This record gives sequence, structure tokens and C-alpha cells, in this order.
Amino acid sequence: MDNCEKIKTPLFSNITSEDLEHIYEPYEDSFLLIDALEKDLHMIRESQPSVCLEVGSGSGVVLTALASALGPRCQYRATDINPRACRVTRETGKLNGVKIETTCTDLVSAVQDELKGKVDVLLFNPPYVVTPSDEIGRGDLEHTWAGGERGREVMDRLFPCVDSLLSPQGLFYLVALKENDPDDICETMAKFGFSNTTLLARQTGPEKLCVLRFGHKQE
Amino acid sequence: MLTSKGIKNVKEGFPLKIQADEVKNVDIDFDQDFISKMVPKLDWNALIFAAQCVGHKEDLPDTLPEGYENDEDLLRKLHHILLEVEVINGCLECPETQRKFPISNGIPNMLLNEDEV
Ligand SMILES: C[S@@+](CC[C@H](N)C(=O)[O-])C[C@H]1O[C@@H](n2cnc3c(N)ncnc32)[C@H](O)[C@@H]1O
Repeated sequence: MDNCEKIKTPLFSNITSEDLEHIYEPYEDSFLLIDALEKDLHMIRESQPSVCLEVGSGSGVVLTALASALGPRCQYRATDINPRACRVTRETGKLNGVKIETTCTDLVSAVQDELKGKVDVLLFNPPYVVTPSDEIGRGDLEHTWAGGERGREVMDRLFPCVDSLLSPQGLFYLVALKENDPDDICETMAKFGFSNTTLLARQTGPEKLCVLRFGHKQE
Repeated sequence: MLTSKGIKNVKEGFPLKIQADEVKNVDIDFDQDFISKMVPKLDWNALIFAAQCVGHKEDLPDTLPEGYENDEDLLRKLHHILLEVEVINGCLECPETQRKFPISNGIPNMLLNEDEV
């Protein structure tokens, strides 16, 4: 593959140590998602996406990486439940010369009407760690990892919204952990009309991570 | 154009009224093709309403005219209002409940309290 099909890791020197007490530091899972997007970059580019949306953008590195590779002919949108993460996402974009419109909201609540049927690329690296349910939402950092039962409680709330958000050719990229039961995630998404592909799987320390890609089942 | 439909009993939550306390103009290269592809995907009424709120209605037509793809003048205006005008500080107001959502550093905070959902 030639050079233009690579995704550069964005700069994120804008993130301060104080920020990192509140937001998710770009980590293995963030880079796994970037690697998965790199694998699909040629295809994504060919599809000429007009809207890319990242849910729970945290530091913003993933969407910034994709935006830098795809260029300005696309609208980049991000959400996070944490206002500081929203601010950092916008700044990370700016530092790398990309414009990211960021909204502080629960999952896609405030954007789902506006973006109905328009999202060509949807990204979510969710809080996926198995925790007691009441740990979710306890604080900024808990939001970054606490996934409740099977680590599924946050991502499971997004799945029913994906069908209405995605454009006909739209793709949804999701990071999941073995404990989240990827097979069961795929079954759930199949009920909403999606076929799935496992793009990448990687063991990092004790975590067995994968990136799943979903698209509307073609008739 | 966000919505406040997440609020209990709110039907549309749209369009939100924009109160712009601080507006910034940024320079972005004009890409006629890109803007003309974006236009048919917009809710024109909501766009005009938003432009009005931030004082940029100027002479934007009330309906999207035919042949807009070749109307460079119009596309340039749309480019400006869509991409270059940023509301840095202010708020968004729900048309049904008048609930206000703050915008700070260019980021609308649409989070709701537990008793609102
Ligand atoms: C594992 S971190 C991923 C951050 C970033 N996307 C990355 O890959 O480095 C999960 C992110 O989801 C956000 N988040 C958690 N619950 C959320 C919710 N209900 N709505 C929106 N964002 C949420 C967290 O604040 C955090 O930024």
C-alpha cells in the first residue's frame, strides 16, 4: 500500500496533565481503532463520506486522525458526556488543522434528529470495563471505563440508535472487549439489520480487544 | 442544528433559538463543490432561523432557489454562515420549555438533569 493510505497519529501535546485527571488518555484501544480505520481507509475515502461522528470522543485523537487523513470535504462531529473531553476534542482537532464540531450530550441524544440517515462513519470506543452498575456515571474518569454488567451497559444504549443515524452506505466501528461478548453484540446488531466484520483483534496486557464493523445488511 | 428532544414531554425541541454572546469568524477556504453538496441536506428553514439568530440573515432567500449549484454568490454566503461563523459563547433555548443550554468555548452543553429526562 502506498503512503497516502496511512493514517498519521495526530499531535496531542495540547492535553495537559490536569486534563488527564478527567479525560481518557489516548491508549492502546484508541490506537487499535485508528489502526482499524487505516485498514479501511481506502474504502472509506472511495465512499466520499460527508459526515463522520464519534461518540465519546475523549481526547479526540481518533476522529482527528481520521479527519486528517480524509481532508476537509467532510463534516466531523463529536459528542462526549464530559464537558472537558469536549473541549479537548475541539482543541486536538484545531492543533492538527481539522475542524471538529463538538456537542456535550449523552451518547447521541442532542444530535440524532439532525444527523438522521446522514452519518457515513460512526465511531465508538465505549467505556467497556466490567464494573458494578452503579459505578457508571460516578465521575469523569469512571465515565471513561465503567461499563457496568458485562461492560455492556453504555454501548447497549447506543445500538438501537445506529440504524436511524447511518446513511445507507454508513459504517459503524466499535471497540469491544472479550468480556463484552462480541458474538452477542453481533447478534444484537443483526436484529437491528446489520451485518458485521471483525476488523482487528489484539491482546494488550490482560485485555483482549477487537474492533467490530457494522453495515446495513444489503438486500 | 441540535435538538432538546431528550427533555421529558418535549416533542420536537427544534429549532433551538441561538443567543450569541460572542461570535468568532474563522477563515476557511471556499470549496464550491463541497458546499453545494451540503446544501440539499440542510433544513433550510432551520438554517435561516439560525442565521437570523446570529445576525447573519443578510439577504439569504426564504426558500432554497433552484439552480443554487451554480449561484456562486449564494454558495459563498452559505459557506460563510455554515463554516466560518462560530458561536463561541452564548446559549441555545428550547422552543417548548425555554430551557437554556449554555455554549462555552464553542461547545453546546446539552446535558440534562436526571429529573428532566
Ligand atoms: C474509552 S474512552 C474513549 C475515548 C476516545 N474516544 C479514545 O478512543 O481515546 C470512552 C469515552 O466515552 C465517554 N462517554 C462515556 N459515557 C458516555 C455517554 N453516555 N455519552 C457520551 N460519551 C460518553 C467518556 O467520557 C470517554 O471520553
